[in-house]
Amino acid sequence: MSRIKTVLSAALLAALSSPALADAISGATEKQATNYHAIAMFGFFVLLTLGITYWAAKRTRSAAQFYTAGGGITGFQNGLAIAGDYMSAASFLGISGLVYLSGFDGLIYSVGWLVGWPIVTFLIAEPLRNLGKFTFADVASFRFQQAPIRILAACGTLVTVAFYLIAQMVGAGSLIKLLFGLDYAYAVIIVGILMIIYVTFGGMVATTWVQIIKACLLLAGATFMAFMVLSKFGFSPEALFAKAVEVHPKKLAIMEPGALITSPLSALSLGLALMFGTAGLPHILMRFFTVADAKAARKSVFYATGFIGYFYILTFIIGFGAIVLVSTNPDFLNPALVAKGKSGIDAIRGGNNMAAIDLAGAVGGDIFLGFISAVAFATIVAVVSGLTLAGASAISHDLYATVVKGGKANEQDEIRVSKIATIILGIVAVILGIVFEKQNVAFMVGLAFSIAASCNFPVLLMSMMWRGMTTRGAVIGGFLGLISALVGVIFSPAVWEATLGYPKGSALFQIANPALFSMTFAFVGIWLFSKLDNSERAKIDRAGFDAQFVRSQTGIGASGASAH
Amino acid sequence: MAATAQEIENNPKFKELVAARKSLGWTLSVIMLVIYFGFILLVAFNKPLLGTPVAAGSVTTVGILIGLAVIVSAFVLTGIYVSKANASYDVLTKQIVEESK
Repeated sequence: MSRIKTVLSAALLAALSSPALADAISGATEKQATNYHAIAMFGFFVLLTLGITYWAAKRTRSAAQFYTAGGGITGFQNGLAIAGDYMSAASFLGISGLVYLSGFDGLIYSVGWLVGWPIVTFLIAEPLRNLGKFTFADVASFRFQQAPIRILAACGTLVTVAFYLIAQMVGAGSLIKLLFGLDYAYAVIIVGILMIIYVTFGGMVATTWVQIIKACLLLAGATFMAFMVLSKFGFSPEALFAKAVEVHPKKLAIMEPGALITSPLSALSLGLALMFGTAGLPHILMRFFTVADAKAARKSVFYATGFIGYFYILTFIIGFGAIVLVSTNPDFLNPALVAKGKSGIDAIRGGNNMAAIDLAGAVGGDIFLGFISAVAFATIVAVVSGLTLAGASAISHDLYATVVKGGKANEQDEIRVSKIATIILGIVAVILGIVFEKQNVAFMVGLAFSIAASCNFPVLLMSMMWRGMTTRGAVIGGFLGLISALVGVIFSPAVWEATLGYPKGSALFQIANPALFSMTFAFVGIWLFSKLDNSERAKIDRAGFDAQFVRSQTGIGASGASAH
Repeated sequence: MAATAQEIENNPKFKELVAARKSLGWTLSVIMLVIYFGFILLVAFNKPLLGTPVAAGSVTTVGILIGLAVIVSAFVLTGIYVSKANASYDVLTKQIVEESK
């Protein structure tokens, strides 16, 4: 029983924070034999993407090209790139692993992560594109006093990026150790070096194309796996489910909600974080500036929603496929655990996040297993590149060019600062990745989503929609959201009890995710302190709304695509 | 002489664009929120309903179908928005931009 509980809580923690590599992240992985197929295929991916970076470097001269690929990405390409940013190795392995472990519960997360996208389309994509230039802070600070809002936005960006990055780095190290048989530290360093090369030399052009290529590979690989699984059941999902129910120790319970959602309040709060966190992730928001205009921005989210939704349906099939084909095959199980009488589900080698990888071996042999492993590595490299570019842009464009230089920075200096920031972020990410090797960092992605939903999103939305918002209101409300999200996560059961090891029930807030409260603090804070603000600056802020509103609706004056 | 923000805001076409975008965007957002939080509340409050088989003797449950339907609905709603927006916003925007030059 207690073993089941441990597994469940690990899965819960993983999922919740997750894009999760719970077992991998907890450092419980053993090094595997060197996988040459996987290394060869990853090597090919690296050569291809370095070629693209070389090509991109030659056309990355201006700041616009560096930050936003000169606005020259099409809606369809951007849709793929956004989907790529979102389909991290963690969401691929984490969700299919969660489905493998408890069936239906995996669907709850898939749904939560998807439904933010329509909201982004309906309310944010077009005005964001019309108002912004390089970073979402351009939009949030449009009519306000620049320095305070830029500092707030840069804090929101850097904190979000840092937590997301650490989780990805630790996941990368453990996963690569497991898949490729490489040492943890080497894996983390390879990821760090590649991402620094892509971003410093190729800027957004390279980062986008790396992401597009990886998205295509991942979608193709996942499609093939789902196809092979269904083909074994005469393309009848019912037959697949029936077999899964038969072999899974939880039997029919995998077809309905399980232990994942404990209280309605938790469910609601988690739902809010998943839904609105998406609309506040800086590396995703930045992608909207890579297309030519509002129309392309709108289309790109439509394509992205389609790709992501399709991908989540595939991971569901893959998870069930793994229940049937992996948990029943001794080749994929840990004999020591089987000998102890564990079910196939619990005894899978390397933990439940390996379900999708093992399934690749089961349906496509060693070569395909190598392919999927290489794609998983490529995925991590692509996602951390996008994150690093967003973090570096916050440092160079928001802090250096606007706050330090008062908007009068030389363009080449700004790019140079951005590249230096990229290198520093890369080195810091590698060091933190190594420092956190043995720590369970699964909560960090959840934290990133909470902060994005509680700081970045409220400030962005209110600045675009509400005439009455003032600089003071935005800064106080934004920081209230940021701090309350941080505090809420630290004192949550996942961190206080599961990670820091304090006794069960001692966490101050018995709620998995603070978004319900921290988002409320942010919105109420912005509203209240804007209402109370009678300063001279407040008058300027409110008076600036008309010009901003016209531009957000029509794009008049918006920065367009630069000539290539 | 380019039009001022005030003049553009008084342009009936601008008002039409804003009204159209606002009503469509918020209507669809509310629909999405109701669908999603409806699903979450079902998960929280009515697990047995989600665990009901879709037909006698089948293992596929109502919950699986509802979950998949939420995923599909996200895509469909986005599609509705994009097709409506493509059909009307861009034409209106172009006219406003022309008239404001």
